[in-house]
Amino acid sequence: MSIKQPSSGADTAPPSKPPRAPELVVEKPKADVRDWIVKYGFIVLTVFFFVLFVVTLPSFRMSSTMFSMLKFTSVVAIAGLGITFTMVVGGLDLSVGATAGMAVTVAAMTMVIYAQTGPIAVLAVLGAGAVIGAFNALLIVTLKIPDLLATLATMFLIQGLKLIPVDGQSVSSGLILRDGSVAPGKFTEGFIEINKGSLGPIPYPVLMWAVLAIATWFFLSRTKWGRIMYAVGTNPEAARLAGARVGRYKALAYIISGVFASIAGLILASRIRQGDISAGNSLLLDAVAVALVGYSVLGANKPNALGTTLGALLIGILLTGTTMMNFPYYWQDVVKGLVLVVALIFSFTLSRRKQRHVAAVPM
Amino acid sequence: MTTVIEMRGITMAFGANEVLKGIDLDLESGKVTAMLGANGAGKSTLIKVLSGVYNGYGGTIVIDGAAVTIDHPMTARKYGIEAVHQKIADGVVPGLSVAENLLFDDIVNNDVPRAQSLRKLVPQAREVAAVLDLNWSDEVLRSDVYDLPIADQQLILLARALVHEPKLLILDEPTSALSQTEADRLFDVIRQLRDDGVAVLYVSHRLGEIEQIADRLLVLRDGIIRSDHVPPIDWADALHDMLGEAEQDPHERTGELRGTDTVLQLTGVRVLPRASTFDLGIRAGEVTGIFGLLGSGQRELGQGIFGAEPFKAGSMTLNGEPYSPKAPADAIADDIYMVPEDRAAKTIIKDWSITATSTFPFLADVSRFGILNSTAEDKVGKLVMEDFGVVAQSEDDPVISLSGGNQQKVVVGRWLRKQPTVMILDEPFQGVDVGARHDLAEKTREVAAAGSAVIVMSTDLGEIMQVSDRVIVLADGNLQHDAYLTETSEEEILERLSEATK
Repeated sequence: MSIKQPSSGADTAPPSKPPRAPELVVEKPKADVRDWIVKYGFIVLTVFFFVLFVVTLPSFRMSSTMFSMLKFTSVVAIAGLGITFTMVVGGLDLSVGATAGMAVTVAAMTMVIYAQTGPIAVLAVLGAGAVIGAFNALLIVTLKIPDLLATLATMFLIQGLKLIPVDGQSVSSGLILRDGSVAPGKFTEGFIEINKGSLGPIPYPVLMWAVLAIATWFFLSRTKWGRIMYAVGTNPEAARLAGARVGRYKALAYIISGVFASIAGLILASRIRQGDISAGNSLLLDAVAVALVGYSVLGANKPNALGTTLGALLIGILLTGTTMMNFPYYWQDVVKGLVLVVALIFSFTLSRRKQRHVAAVPM
Repeated sequence: MTTVIEMRGITMAFGANEVLKGIDLDLESGKVTAMLGANGAGKSTLIKVLSGVYNGYGGTIVIDGAAVTIDHPMTARKYGIEAVHQKIADGVVPGLSVAENLLFDDIVNNDVPRAQSLRKLVPQAREVAAVLDLNWSDEVLRSDVYDLPIADQQLILLARALVHEPKLLILDEPTSALSQTEADRLFDVIRQLRDDGVAVLYVSHRLGEIEQIADRLLVLRDGIIRSDHVPPIDWADALHDMLGEAEQDPHERTGELRGTDTVLQLTGVRVLPRASTFDLGIRAGEVTGIFGLLGSGQRELGQGIFGAEPFKAGSMTLNGEPYSPKAPADAIADDIYMVPEDRAAKTIIKDWSITATSTFPFLADVSRFGILNSTAEDKVGKLVMEDFGVVAQSEDDPVISLSGGNQQKVVVGRWLRKQPTVMILDEPFQGVDVGARHDLAEKTREVAAAGSAVIVMSTDLGEIMQVSDRVIVLADGNLQHDAYLTETSEEEILERLSEATK
């Protein structure tokens, strides 16, 4: 990959020309290589696999493959961006998968059972996402339940609650309702376009991913609210004593996460065109993984929009590539796991960010 | 009365930092020896040497006529030394029952079978509790330790120490979490132990307690025992030995400031649970120094004004209007700012640059519609550095990489982008070198001269005298003294502080 150096402790050795290997004068201390790996290793890995698949797999090269790969990844990526917000404020939203799943049911109910239009279904879904986010915020900020536990409870709650109005059935057109009548509506054409349609060659889901990724990046790194969110996540007491309303920013992060998850659910609903009750089940772990992988991008060592996006991209590339190489489906989890392990090694083992400096005067 | 332990020339250093510089001390049975010392004097280190927490000390320890080496808590126990450390939470184990906590030493040493049923443990635990005459019912012994009042948790730790029948019992600030009745109960126990012939080493900042219980008082400063008192204790003298000569600033200090307008009025305020209430008016245009020993309520006073932690009782007015901040953000909206003590924990955000740290309290000033303007931000970072002479390569350096003095300049300077109505500085000179301390003191006085009310809290009288015009003395949360420095003296301040013992 890069200049491989002997692992001697030659950090302080004078750069006098060693007699052997004169073409590889080791002037840079070992640390620089390590820093370089921490910073760019992840991007190099992504590009490496991309090029590998492009060269070795003719079908991978086709633009239709590229776009379907991006389209397929967008759901995870958008949910991962939502999780990124909650990680920035020092928490983690475990309810995103369930929220997306619930969004699918809400969309199906709105259109199939209540025969409403696509736009109303979209509003209902986004509203539901915001309500779940607000509920998480209530548990965490007002009732002081730890983030992980609160969102875990919410996850179970909405996984169950969404089944009550539909009697535990998947909602699709022609569904027989409780009173014996047939559900009057169906998934509208416009709603199906969310997944199917495209702007030029770019499918709408990919466009939504791109817009949300840029918006997240901009919000987190270019606005004062993003700055405050990072402060809240890193040192809440310091943020509070500098005048930040810590609770409000945490609440905002969870509401955003809920809305992003419901957007992921919209795409999912539009893709499967029925209120599949198992939709979104595997989304949570994938979304957490891409956000965690994102820590390592450019050595940021903190949750960030670019990282989450690239993390989703790498996992998308690997899943598409391995599928095309006819790896059995169960290799998908192995691939995701390996990527996560490598990324975590970048951020936690190799990274040498200065540790919090504690004035350690023993008394 | 016999000598339980003799210490000769005890030294202890952490790297280049020499904390104990030669302690000579004999402790006798049947006597309560109190130890007083400012933050960093070496009290805790001495306790940890004696109880085997630290090893690698220098000097000799003689017990029963034989020189011994205490290198482990178990060795200390073998020689009859038991310590109850200050933090109760470090001693009791949540989630375990009261009985298990009482028997915890036996459980970790495998003297009690690991899977013993609670039914079998309870009688054994009762024996441990009996050393303190605690008649706890089975129900209490079976309950979770965290369901007990904090004072009873303290008693568990004490019982656990006493069951080993120590010759020397060390108590480090044992009353800091206790109410008055609970403290009185503890004192009865201590007196009983003394009468039974135990040597007690009692560390406290509360002069009243020492007056009540001590047969002898040692004053520690800079790792040396400065004086040894027996009752009746001359407190002014003892406090003088504890605090040392007020360090004189070699530079000429700008003349006295006298404010006339009371901007902030505190009425019926109670800062510590056991304290009485007081009224206090803070005037603009002068520096008010709040002096007291550690834990005297200065911190609580600042936090109450800043809205970080409400007062136990009382109300405030700001420029005549009712003022009751629910959060620091409310205080800041009224231009009341605070720089807390303990920079690393309460102010600095890891990895943040000087610029980001500087702009953080007033982000609205460097953004439009919420969007940050990095040029404006850099300008603020540079200004803070210039105003305060912060030594760094650039405003992009992480704050954490700076020296303590320069860190402090940044976290003070960032608030002074605006003219505060009230500026609170809690221990502003902690971990700050002499040069930076002078700069900070000068700036502090400039801010007051420009019309702000400035409040400085410190446990160091020298610092208070260097920076303040008016001095408030707090002891155990009670207001002991309020005077202009030109109209009082170090002697009078210590005199008033020592009156807290009465």
